[in-house]
Amino acid sequence: MAFIEGIIQYDFLQKALMTSIMVGVICGVIGCFIILRGMALMGDAISHAVLPGVAIAYALGINFFFGAVFTGVLTAIGIGFVSQNSRIKQDTSIGIMFTAAFALGVILITVLESSTDLYHILFGNVLAVRPSDMWITLGTGVLVLVSVYIFYKELLVTSFDPTMAEVYGLPVRLIHYFLMTLLTMVTVASLQTVGIVLVVAMLITPAATAYLLTDRLSVMVFLSAAIGASASVIGLYFSFTYNLASGATIVLAATALFFMAFLFSPKQGVVWRKLSAKKKQANAPI
Amino acid sequence: MVSALVLKNVHVSYHGKPAIQEIDLRVEQGNILGIIGPNGAGKSTLLKALLNLVPIDKGSIEILGSTLKENRKKIAYVPQRSEFDWDFPIHVLDTVLIGTYPNLGLFKRPKKKEKDWAYACLEQVGMEKFADRQIGELSGGQQQRVFLARALAQNADLFFLDEPFVGIDVSSEETIIHLLKELKDHGKTVVVIHHDLSKANDYFDQLLLLNKQVIHFGNPQEVLRPEIILKAYERELAFLHEVGVG
Repeated sequence: MAFIEGIIQYDFLQKALMTSIMVGVICGVIGCFIILRGMALMGDAISHAVLPGVAIAYALGINFFFGAVFTGVLTAIGIGFVSQNSRIKQDTSIGIMFTAAFALGVILITVLESSTDLYHILFGNVLAVRPSDMWITLGTGVLVLVSVYIFYKELLVTSFDPTMAEVYGLPVRLIHYFLMTLLTMVTVASLQTVGIVLVVAMLITPAATAYLLTDRLSVMVFLSAAIGASASVIGLYFSFTYNLASGATIVLAATALFFMAFLFSPKQGVVWRKLSAKKKQANAPI
Repeated sequence: MVSALVLKNVHVSYHGKPAIQEIDLRVEQGNILGIIGPNGAGKSTLLKALLNLVPIDKGSIEILGSTLKENRKKIAYVPQRSEFDWDFPIHVLDTVLIGTYPNLGLFKRPKKKEKDWAYACLEQVGMEKFADRQIGELSGGQQQRVFLARALAQNADLFFLDEPFVGIDVSSEETIIHLLKELKDHGKTVVVIHHDLSKANDYFDQLLLLNKQVIHFGNPQEVLRPEIILKAYERELAFLHEVGVG
């Protein structure tokens, strides 16, 4: 296969593979907590909110990572501030803040006439990953995985029963912002691979797929990471072979895996459910 | 021995509207206290104020002789069943295991010792056969028993239960009340928000009849008298008259 030969032969493809596998893993892990906390929209928001930071970082000539984390976290705090200090609900607040940040980012990119290719930021171009980008992604990945490992217990209880967590003295709000920071870092680390617009899919789709396959959070986290990594490899293959945008192919691979689980999951699968419902009907005494 | 709860002139409001006012209360350790009253009487608000989940406008709350902050780990709270996401990917035993978290502290993970203890608590509520089930697969009564097991796993001195008997089967209700009485015999204090006046007499050592203020506080025989109940439920009765009942 040309893909495997390519990996052995081309340095850029090795970097692309390493980066996208790491992105698949960390998006999968963080995504579990995002969907269980009902924060899918927040994931979308943060990913869009990094755009102005990316633009400014390019203009200043620093690595885009720092600018992106800065505006991402700032937007997360802004969202919390608006919803906690007015009658505006959280999802409305998210809608206001992230579109504002994204719009600002579009203008900044135009005004600063930076050399950044907007198309690549929006949709990803994993085949153009530079060594520094790869190392940042790997470093972020390690940091995120270690954080989740250390605070697994706290993340579990604040997701499942925040009231109990608060009663026994956990800083629930601080943990929320900690998770938002991790989310921002994951988003930024994924920029090159899947791009701003589609990051949310990598956060949600593999986690949702794993959610259909298990009843235990610990298993779900590992499954989600594996599904994310698989989607990345499959997507990269199609991107390389057919010269398509890597973000799009990776996301569609994840979507395909989701629908397989949706139809055939042993416990939750629609197909088995329909079949067992029919069986029950057939066996029911008349 | 210090009192379990001492409340002095406690006021709580939501968005400027008073929810509970002038609550004075002293509960000694080793009692089961029932909090009863009509809908909107502020029962849950009072419980939240006790747990420091809502700020109090005025007054003071003393728990086991000091503040809640110093006694957090001696408190177990069982929320209403409606507050949970029952699709959450967690098994029964892992749910009970969460009860060991407060005493574990940061960075430490539950080990075999904690798991054995969680299993023992599960046995106490008669749910050990369901240890591997996802929590959403249980009936309402079984779910309530699992959350009581989690509270037991916390090794607390004070137990707060919000409407534990709503929508559960008779045998679960019996198991739970039996366990609560056992806790009391071990000197623990139990506070229960309760809906059903009919069984209040058997279940509780003390009753707090609440309707924004303390209508009456005392032993059940004293509180469960028609003229006193009437005082708390006046508005409900007025409504019945309006719609032409009674």
